[in-house]
Amino acid sequence: MAIVDVKTEITGNVWKIVSKPGDEIPEDEPLMILESMKMEIPVGAPEDGVVTEILVNEGDTVTEGTVVARIEAS
Amino acid sequence: MKRLLIANRGEIACRIAASARRHAIDSVAVYSEADANSLHVEVADSAVAIGPAPARESYLVIDKLLDAARSAGADAVHPGYGFLSENAQFARAVEAAGLIWVGPTPESIETMGDKDRARELAQAAGVPIAGGSRAISAESMDELTATAEQVGFPLLVKAAAGGGGIGMRRVDDPSKLADVVEATRSMAGKAFGNDSVFLERFIANARHIEVQVFGDGQGHAIHLGERDCSVQRRYQKVIEESPAPGLPAHVRERMCDAAVALTKAQRYRGAGTIEFIVDAESFEFFFLEMNTRIQVEHPVTELVTGTDLVGMQLTLARGDELPLEPVVFTGHAIECRLYAENPKKHFFPSPGPLTMLQFPTGLPGIRIDTGFRQGDEVSMHYDPMIAKLIAHGTDRPQALERMAHLLKNIELRGIATNLEFLHATLEHDAFKQGGVSTAFIDTYGKAIVKAL
Repeated sequence: MAIVDVKTEITGNVWKIVSKPGDEIPEDEPLMILESMKMEIPVGAPEDGVVTEILVNEGDTVTEGTVVARIEAS
Repeated sequence: MKRLLIANRGEIACRIAASARRHAIDSVAVYSEADANSLHVEVADSAVAIGPAPARESYLVIDKLLDAARSAGADAVHPGYGFLSENAQFARAVEAAGLIWVGPTPESIETMGDKDRARELAQAAGVPIAGGSRAISAESMDELTATAEQVGFPLLVKAAAGGGGIGMRRVDDPSKLADVVEATRSMAGKAFGNDSVFLERFIANARHIEVQVFGDGQGHAIHLGERDCSVQRRYQKVIEESPAPGLPAHVRERMCDAAVALTKAQRYRGAGTIEFIVDAESFEFFFLEMNTRIQVEHPVTELVTGTDLVGMQLTLARGDELPLEPVVFTGHAIECRLYAENPKKHFFPSPGPLTMLQFPTGLPGIRIDTGFRQGDEVSMHYDPMIAKLIAHGTDRPQALERMAHLLKNIELRGIATNLEFLHATLEHDAFKQGGVSTAFIDTYGKAIVKAL
C-alpha cells in the first residue's frame, strides 16, 4: 500500500476541508476545497484510497505544489 | 446626489467613477490593504480604507462600507457587480442610513435572488420557464422520483447554495438519480452548510442569451437588446457579443418582449439582466434568472446602443426625469474577458505581478475597461479578470477583426493569462461561424489549448 501525497495545483486559501483521516475516498473526489480569485477549486484524491493525514487547516494559505494531505492508495 | 461611494474595486469601480464624473458627482473609492495602490483608488476623487485583503473582512462588511460613506460625506452608494451588489440587507442598510441606493429596491433583489419565487414571477408574467423542481430537502426525498419524472432527463442536480459549477451534477439515467442526489447533498452540507438541492432540466445544446432591461420603478421599462454569453468555462463567461449571431428576428423579439414584461410586472427600478437558456436548434427559450445589478458585460450593450448604462443608473437614482425610449441598435460588439488563469493547467487561477501590461491605443472601435496598470499585482483575494476588451464594428466580421488585431497587440508578461486562448478562439471555425453553444470550450477547448 503506497502512501500518496496530495498536492495543490494553485495558490490560494484552504476554504473547506471536506474529508478526515480514515475516510475512504474515490479518485477525483474532493478532499478539500481551495479558494483563489473567487473560485472554489476542489483538491481531488489522485487515486482511490483512504485519507491518512490532512496537513492544513481551513484558512491556511497554500502555494502551488504544497502537500496538503496524504492518502493510502487502495 | 453630490458624492457617490463606490462599494467595489477593480475595473467596475473605475468605470463607475468615470460615469459619476460625467454627471458632476464626486466619487469615493473604498480599498482593502491589498488595494491601497490600485487604479480604482487613484481615479476616484477620494478614498477610504476598509480593512484587510480578504473580501469578507473588507468589501463584504456592510458596517465598514457605511462608516466609510459617513466619514467621506457620501450621499449615495453604487455597489457595482459581485460583492454586495445583490445583497438585499446591504441595500436596506444603505437606505436606512439615509443614503441613496443606486440599484433596484431591496424587495426586487430578494425576490429575484430566490430561485423559486423568481420562477413563479416569471411564469406569472408569461415568460417560459424550463422544467425544474423546488428545493428538495431531507423531508421531501420520498417524492424525488416523481419530481424527476416531471422535470425530465437528462437533468442537473444543483445545490441550492452552490454556484460557479460547484455542487452541480448531470444525471442521464434515472437509476443513478438517488446516488447523485445523496452525494450532492452530502457535499453541499459540508461545503455550504445547506444541503438542499433542486433539479433542473438539462438542455444539451444550449446557448446562454440574456436581455438587458431598464425600468423606471413606476412600471415603465425598455430593453436594450440581447447579449450572447455562450462561450463559458466552469459557468464563467469568457466572450460575450451583441447581437446574438444567427438568432432569428422573431425569437429575439419574443425574448425581449418577455424580458420587458417581467421587468414591468415587478415595477423594476434601474438596470437588470434577464438570462435565458436557448435551445441552439429549436430556438425555444427558457427563463434562467434575473440579475439585479449592472452586469460585467454591459459595455457590449453600450457600444451597440450608444448608451451609458451606469450614467442612466445614476440619473434615475438621483430622481431626474428619465424618459425611457426605445433604443437604436448599430453594428456588432464583442467583449473578451482577459483572465489571470492558465489554459494549460485546467484554466486554474494564476495570481501574481503584471510585470508588463501594455494596451495599444488609438485603435478604431476599441474600448478597454481595466483596473490594472503595468507593475500591479493580480491578487489571489479577488476575481481573476485583468481587463474587458471590447470591440465594435459595423458588422460581426469587422468587430471580430478589430478584436483579433487588438489581442495581437497587447503586451503582457509576469503571469499566465488566457490572452492567446482568446485569440485562438476567435480564429476557430465554429466560433467564426457564430451561434456556438455553452459546450464550446468543453468541446474544443482542449484542442485549442494544445495548438497554442
